[in-house]
Amino acid sequence: MSLKHLLSTADLSYADALAILDTAEEMDAVSQREVKKLPTLRGRTVVNLFYEDSTRTRVSFEAAAKRLSADVVNFSAKGSSVSKGESLKDTVQTLGAMGADAIVIRHSASGAAAQLAASDWTEAAVVNAGDGTHEHPTQALLDALTLRRGWSAAHGSNPRGADLTGMKVLIVGDILHSRVARSNIWLLNTLGAQVSLVAPATLLPVGIDSWPVTVYYSLDEALAAAPDAVMMLRIQAERMGGAYFPNSAEYTRRWGLTDERLAVVEQLRLGNTDSQVLILHPGPMNRGVEISAAAADSALSRITEQVSHGVSVRMAVLHLLLTGAKA
Amino acid sequence: MVNTTPETSQVMSAADIERALTRIAHEIVETHRGVEDLVILGIPRRGVPLAKRLGEKLARIDSAFDPAAALGALDITMYRDDLRAHSARTPEPTEVPARGVDGATVVLVDDVLYSGRTVRAALDALSGIGRPEAVRLAVLVDRGHRQLPIRADHVGKNIPTSRDERVSVRLHGIDEVPPEDESVIITRGPAGGTA
Repeated sequence: MSLKHLLSTADLSYADALAILDTAEEMDAVSQREVKKLPTLRGRTVVNLFYEDSTRTRVSFEAAAKRLSADVVNFSAKGSSVSKGESLKDTVQTLGAMGADAIVIRHSASGAAAQLAASDWTEAAVVNAGDGTHEHPTQALLDALTLRRGWSAAHGSNPRGADLTGMKVLIVGDILHSRVARSNIWLLNTLGAQVSLVAPATLLPVGIDSWPVTVYYSLDEALAAAPDAVMMLRIQAERMGGAYFPNSAEYTRRWGLTDERLAVVEQLRLGNTDSQVLILHPGPMNRGVEISAAAADSALSRITEQVSHGVSVRMAVLHLLLTGAKA
Repeated sequence: MVNTTPETSQVMSAADIERALTRIAHEIVETHRGVEDLVILGIPRRGVPLAKRLGEKLARIDSAFDPAAALGALDITMYRDDLRAHSARTPEPTEVPARGVDGATVVLVDDVLYSGRTVRAALDALSGIGRPEAVRLAVLVDRGHRQLPIRADHVGKNIPTSRDERVSVRLHGIDEVPPEDESVIITRGPAGGTA
């Protein structure tokens, strides 16, 4: 892979995206084995630098690094010198002095990972694990892996080397604050999928017309267009300072994947096949708000598969960034 | 067959490859005294089609050998010792027969044996999958210049080479050659070889 850092899916070429997904397929096979460990990154150090709470992403990166035999250092801003006022630069230089080969960073400021990668504070490879409302590239990659699996299984073809040409993916919810949505839109577009968004008008960003997407304002209308996959986003209470919609019951009624809408989704078919469509959610879910319990637990749901694919994709990313001589 | 250019010469033809594989298949049955608990794993990329052809020959020699249940592939990309220096290629699938490798005699199949580093990586990869009773190595070409204490049990052809020569195995299905034009070619030059 040509990249030194993974900051954004907008930087990923078609070839790099496929290399990550194909490598992740093999990493996934390792996770099914009795010995779930590879010696690939023995003696390398991966630092998880988390300025925002995130148990699942951190645990997923930690599991990925450990399965590749890397040493893992976890650093969370809470209860650290950051709460004493240490700057990102000083923290990173300290960690760099300890010999970090890769820094996985989650930060509430959009562009934090890019700033770190562009700086001379550290030689380490930088992996963006979510920066503000900007991007969360490994989440998009694991979603793409999940979508590609479903699409290939329905068509009876091999997922390796395949892209998502012809697949219609609907992303539902808070697009305005969602780094998951942004990363997915660029990556799915690169892989040839057709992306549509549906959200309250208040939760769509300014300038959406220039994005390579179709926009709906009603979930029922969007479902009528027969998507092949429905990706629900979390309603992020922590980012809801303003009044974006009247209340959560109102949101559920118009944009939630309720039991009634699940019945509609169950009638849809994947492309020209007889298979049912896929339901994705990046987690953590607000059951009863954006997704009903029945939808989350239905046979269409790929939510637990997404979690295991997360480890495989992060293994692939760490492997590709940390192997080979890179300047 | 004539040399294509002054720098290259063909050391095995399609017929030579075929005969070598037939002999190796017989050797395997002889050494193993049958085909019970025999698992054949090809090392990607060119070891995989070679393993498949060995499997077909084994089935012809002894009908108790079932290629579908005893053939597989073992990718070694993640186990290489030069990952820091070279970009890894995208791993190829590892396919282990349903019986697994525990207690089996595993024959690893590759095209060219050179430094021995690929085989070392393969032994590591194998230990991540299970514990075979014995591991053997079958190669189409042994070109010498070992860097590790590793030898092959079954060799198609020993080809003495110098380090600045390159040995290329061209197989139908991987390289763009028809079955009748498969060959092993030596190229002389400072470019050196990885195979």
